[in-house]
Amino acid sequence: MAINWFKYSAPTTFYGLAGKLIPWFALSAALLFAIGLYIGFVVAPVDAQQGEFYRIIFIHVPSSILSMFLYMIMAGYAALGLIFNTRLSAMMATAIAPTGALFAFISLWTGALWGKPMWGAWWVWDARLTSELILLFLYLGFIALHASIDDARRADRASALLAIVGSVNVPIIYFSVKWWNTLHQGSTIKFTGTSMHVAMQQAMFTMLAACWLYAIAIVLARVRSIILERERNTTWVSELPEVRS
Amino acid sequence: MIGLDIWMRENSLAYIWLGSYAVALLIFVIEIAMVIHKRKITLQQVRLMREAEDEAGDER
Repeated sequence: MAINWFKYSAPTTFYGLAGKLIPWFALSAALLFAIGLYIGFVVAPVDAQQGEFYRIIFIHVPSSILSMFLYMIMAGYAALGLIFNTRLSAMMATAIAPTGALFAFISLWTGALWGKPMWGAWWVWDARLTSELILLFLYLGFIALHASIDDARRADRASALLAIVGSVNVPIIYFSVKWWNTLHQGSTIKFTGTSMHVAMQQAMFTMLAACWLYAIAIVLARVRSIILERERNTTWVSELPEVRS
Repeated sequence: MIGLDIWMRENSLAYIWLGSYAVALLIFVIEIAMVIHKRKITLQQVRLMREAEDEAGDER
């Protein structure tokens, strides 16, 4: 049976689908957070060099990965909206931005907390840290630009351009540890393998999955409000059970 | 600052929990609360608009 994917690119059908998916993603996220934290703090051993402080990576690494991936997804949706003029794409980009910004902030914050005991400084103007800070500013710029234009469609177009141009920063963040001599360590997990303890890997990947599921749930919940707001003059919105009650 | 340095090394798990995990959790809770609040406000606005339209229709 062929699925008509274009059906779900319409706000009318996507609104209902998102409503059905949110509880599943939210519950799975909560469960995985609990499992990830248990493995990370109870099962995973103490690091030989960093002691207990390395346990910050179970929130720091997933947050950093999410902040970069969410930006690329946001820029992708923004580009789709700009090219095909699809309403839902722009709404999705707008819904992703705050969550991406929060993950970028958590990444910087937890990085600073790890940096103090390990490097002796909360912050250094290292290429990885600085490019991640620029990512946070790009998210904030996207949100501010969108909010500053009253006409929603014009706001979508202007902020889409910023998102697309800003996406050049994501490969810079990723490759910064290879291109420059940075204080920030390089990738521990590579396609060729890793030297990490199995329990540490399990904790990190479980937390990564939990962060992904949380991000999907919260973005879907936010986009439902954006759809309601933008489509408030349509008949299908006024016929929704939650609007009629 | 020296006091904090000593404290974080003596209580590393508390430092990690309070400094990063509690802050991350707080951020998630605030985000969830904001999304729920936004939905409530938006639904309220849409309902008010619908009621205003219904009243305008009745008057006509």
